[in-house]
Amino acid sequence: MLNQLAGVGIGLLLALAVGSALLARARHAAALTYGASALICLALAGIALQALGAGGAPGVALELRVGMPLARTQLGFDALSAAFAVIVNLASAIVSVGAIGLGRHVREQQRVLPFYPAFIAGMNVVLLAQDAFSFLIGWEFMSLASWALVVSDDCSDSNRRAGLVYLIMATGGALTLLLAFGVLAGPDGGYAFGQMRQATAFAPAAIVLVLALIGAGSKAGLVPLHAWLPLAHPAAPSHVSALMSGVMTKVAVYGFIRIVFDLSGPPAWWWSIPVLLAAAATALLGVLHALMEQDLKRMLAYSTVENIGIIFIGLGLALTFKANGMAVAAALAIVAAIFHGFNHSLFKSLLFLGSGAVLHATGERDMQRLGGLIHRMPLTALAFLAGCVAISALPPFNGFASEWLTFQAILLSPQLPQWIPRLLVPAVGATLACSAALAAACSVRAFGSTFLGRARSEPAAGAGETDPWSLGAMLVLAALCLLAGVLPGLVIDSLGSVSELVVQGRLAPQSGQPWLGIAPVDAQRGAYNGLLVFVMIASAAAVTALIARRFASHALRRSAAWDCGFPEPSPLAQYTPGGFAQPIRRVFGSVVFRAREQVSMPGPGDTGPARLRVELHDTVWDALYAPVVRAVDATAGYLNALQFLTIRKYLAVVFIALIVLLVIIGTSR
Amino acid sequence: MRAWVTQFVQLVLVLAFAPLLTGLTRRIRARLLRRQGPPLLQPYRDLARLMRKEAVVAHNASWLFRSAPYLIFAATWVAASLVPTFAGGLMFSAAADLIVIVALLGTARFFLALAGLDVGTGFGGIGASREMMFASLAEPAMLMVVFTLSLFAGSTQLSNVSAFLLGPGAGLSFSLGLALIALFIVSIAENARIPVDNPATHLELTMVHEAMILEYSGRHLAVLEAAASLKLLLHLSLIACVFTPWGMATAGTGWAGYLAGFGAWLGKLAAGGFLLVLFETAIAKMRVFRVPEFLGMALMLGLLGVILLFVSRVSG
Amino acid sequence: MSPIEADVAHFLAGSLVLVSFLLLYQDRMFALLNTFALHACVLAFSVGWQAWVQGAPHLFITALIALVFKGVVIPVALHRIVVRLGIHGTLESAVSIGPTMLFGMGLVALSVIVMLPVTEAAGAFVREDLSFALSVVLLGLLMMVTRRNAVSQVIGFMSLENGLVLAATGARGMPLVVEISVAFSVLIAFIVIGIFLFRIRERFDTVDVQVLDMSRGESS
Repeated sequence: MLNQLAGVGIGLLLALAVGSALLARARHAAALTYGASALICLALAGIALQALGAGGAPGVALELRVGMPLARTQLGFDALSAAFAVIVNLASAIVSVGAIGLGRHVREQQRVLPFYPAFIAGMNVVLLAQDAFSFLIGWEFMSLASWALVVSDDCSDSNRRAGLVYLIMATGGALTLLLAFGVLAGPDGGYAFGQMRQATAFAPAAIVLVLALIGAGSKAGLVPLHAWLPLAHPAAPSHVSALMSGVMTKVAVYGFIRIVFDLSGPPAWWWSIPVLLAAAATALLGVLHALMEQDLKRMLAYSTVENIGIIFIGLGLALTFKANGMAVAAALAIVAAIFHGFNHSLFKSLLFLGSGAVLHATGERDMQRLGGLIHRMPLTALAFLAGCVAISALPPFNGFASEWLTFQAILLSPQLPQWIPRLLVPAVGATLACSAALAAACSVRAFGSTFLGRARSEPAAGAGETDPWSLGAMLVLAALCLLAGVLPGLVIDSLGSVSELVVQGRLAPQSGQPWLGIAPVDAQRGAYNGLLVFVMIASAAAVTALIARRFASHALRRSAAWDCGFPEPSPLAQYTPGGFAQPIRRVFGSVVFRAREQVSMPGPGDTGPARLRVELHDTVWDALYAPVVRAVDATAGYLNALQFLTIRKYLAVVFIALIVLLVIIGTSR
Repeated sequence: MRAWVTQFVQLVLVLAFAPLLTGLTRRIRARLLRRQGPPLLQPYRDLARLMRKEAVVAHNASWLFRSAPYLIFAATWVAASLVPTFAGGLMFSAAADLIVIVALLGTARFFLALAGLDVGTGFGGIGASREMMFASLAEPAMLMVVFTLSLFAGSTQLSNVSAFLLGPGAGLSFSLGLALIALFIVSIAENARIPVDNPATHLELTMVHEAMILEYSGRHLAVLEAAASLKLLLHLSLIACVFTPWGMATAGTGWAGYLAGFGAWLGKLAAGGFLLVLFETAIAKMRVFRVPEFLGMALMLGLLGVILLFVSRVSG
Repeated sequence: MSPIEADVAHFLAGSLVLVSFLLLYQDRMFALLNTFALHACVLAFSVGWQAWVQGAPHLFITALIALVFKGVVIPVALHRIVVRLGIHGTLESAVSIGPTMLFGMGLVALSVIVMLPVTEAAGAFVREDLSFALSVVLLGLLMMVTRRNAVSQVIGFMSLENGLVLAATGARGMPLVVEISVAFSVLIAFIVIGIFLFRIRERFDTVDVQVLDMSRGESS
């Protein structure tokens, strides 16, 4: 029944896409489309939650008589897809509400509206697919719809470039997934997931791992396949960026879990090594790039890369534990990963909506030209602050709860029998801690230079509070971030059936813990109680404030800033985001970015300003992508010459081709 | 019931003794430099005086600026009240393990850095930026310490760690020593002590912590100063609780045991404060960009401790 | 070996690895020399403890050689040479300290991974000792590779040799330990002299390669 309902929901989304394509120029088309999307997503989230509670949908899968000749398209929930469907649809619903407000500002509605519901529908098809064919169809649907959204504003060169890079990467990723399914299907070619689980693959499963890492990893933004992500995500309108960063990357994570954990049989212990290495590199590189970025939305996109790294650290740990038969530890790691995915979908959507609000209020994405918005957009600032605290993994918000679980999983690694993961995992843990601290620095930098201080430009000084729809969406997301952080036990318990399905292990139910706390392995090993921490902080702050109010002086005088006696009136004298990141750039950047600073001082008597020039290289791009681009360029240049041949040469080419074909036919007989 | 009382007493005790510890370190430092030094109770007087004064706030300071001190203080206070000091068996010890305590301090640091940026002055920015850079190295080092301890005790709960180290299972261990040094370095950085930062300086480009709170005055400053004292107390109590857990009262002991635990805690704090100041007076302030290497050393010691522990585990 | 004896041995061998890292960390000439003296002293204590525990008096000779020759004579001699040549001050390195340290951690992990499985049959302490010794050797090599100063390279080589001695004493019943340590000490003396004769000249005659690279900067 639930499967059928979900199918109806997807159908409605597709119908909505068609309808809004026809009526895009109508007066309230945007509000209607987004509103309807929000309602459908909410319903889908509810259905998925039902299915998750039941550990998958009882009853038959929804069979459609479309698709490949021999295989029918099957859509249906199991625990894993239900969990991800909750994540995807909950965030999509709230973002759609925000989009009612933010989406009005898009210039050409007909280029956005039809693709928006189609994009969500594509993601839902991927999640519900029970066979490789519909999985890939949904995947491509999702990719192409989001590509269309990325290039919806193709006025700028950078957006067009982003669209091109995204299209290439998405195609390549889908191709590797196709190959992965091909290997999994085995010689019999059973493309339903149920058949794949039984099939004997005709190639080593490690190939599937590599293909899945490339295919799903490129969608998720795993280093070194992340190059498209910081280009494409910010190029779309902000509410679409929220969906792409917050939600679509989770679909990629789902794809990875589905293929590697569910379909490709028992893993070998060393599978986790490439996953963990890539994940740690992703976490660290992502956050360092985010710290170097001046553009608010690109910064958020890079921080998505970092969070994907954190999720994959959990997945890598789960692989090691699963391979060694440590079911509880594996369950802990996979729950931590999915929980972090859920959290990331909440706070990243929140932050992108916030950046959209800032963008529409000021017309600026460059943090160097913002500042002081906390006075003019107080509620946006409050919600954005909540998102920043959550993404920095600080208690009592949700980011901390999932990273705490990841740390607990890391602390179980000494029980592993193999030496290499035993020594690798602590190093990964140190990387994780480092990237968490850097993420905090990144949030301080983003919030500080956008909302705090004094306005650095005219538009920032004249901004106003954003519309109630997006404000409402942001506040709801902020509240959910707090709620998931305060009551992590609920989330962990509801993911029990998922870990049962994926790693054949289950954490002890957390609802029995005193005071609604969590103790994933056992209370003696490590426990955390978000609710209690929250209550304690709140009451301690209240008590302190009361004491101060009761006993301290009430006098408050406003005056000019002190600044050691030399306050500088120009807002340009404030710390810029670039200046804020300078110490970190000096510590980490010289290796990671080959960063170089050059100060050119004016000569004596010269009144010109001194200039500081910073040179940063994207090492991954330089090492991996630039050669490919150059090679393609060179080949294209070479082939270009073929277009300017004489007739005699053209004839020669055709003649040679004919001879070669004849020879092939002759020899193959 | 006893757990409730212990928890409550601890809440009050850490608050009551934090300024005294600050006064003690200042006094010892002055004596080591052959100065007379302020009286031991001077920090209390400072706090009282600041409380009485009016608060001067910059024109463009936001609500965040005015509420941040209370949040910072609350997070630090909660963290400090969860570290077992004179007795184990706290009521809320199950609410937070060592990682949570570290993260609570991270929350305080986060808001402090934001408060530093709020007015939009150069000093606030410099302090916030450097503080976050230090944290990015101090946190992994701290995690390595946590890892070492959890390898020993099989737990990240502080009460279990100290119980394990009191028990017969722990021998003389090299890794534990490395973890101690790493924790000590992290504590120095977190508490803005020499050689990382100088708590006694002003009007100097090297200051980090002081730069962030430069714009504060009156009751806000008092609350922040109290939070800084609490943080020092927390770190010394943490080192004492993990590495010298002797004398701490356990759940079954009577009142005498609690009194002894209290006395032992005070003694450990005084000794820790003395050693800290001794180290401080023996070393010069570092350039800011030497600090990452200093903290990197802590990280390295932590990692080395973990690896060596693995080695001795396999053979022992 | 009783547990407490094993603990002390573990402590001393681990300290040797730690001091190897401290050697990597130094960026001042005299601090480097002092740290090397510490390295040799820790080695001497470690060897001495082995001699005591194993009841092998000939190892005391090795310990004594380490203490006197490498802990006192060579550092003092180097100290004098450095002062005379006027090359004290900051040491420049080809790779900065942070990455070197991280790489060093990787090397320690590597030697643990390599050593522990191949020494399954050996006793507990020997396994531990051999993996530490290999770490010290690798760290010495790392120091020789990443430091561009001649003195640092000499010190790197000597710390490497200390690692070899540690390995030799840890493996009980290894013959000729004393002879090996004497031979190495003589070899080191020759290397010190040789490197100072040749490398110092090189140092003053040629221009730093790194400087050339820097001025070319724009092209990369």
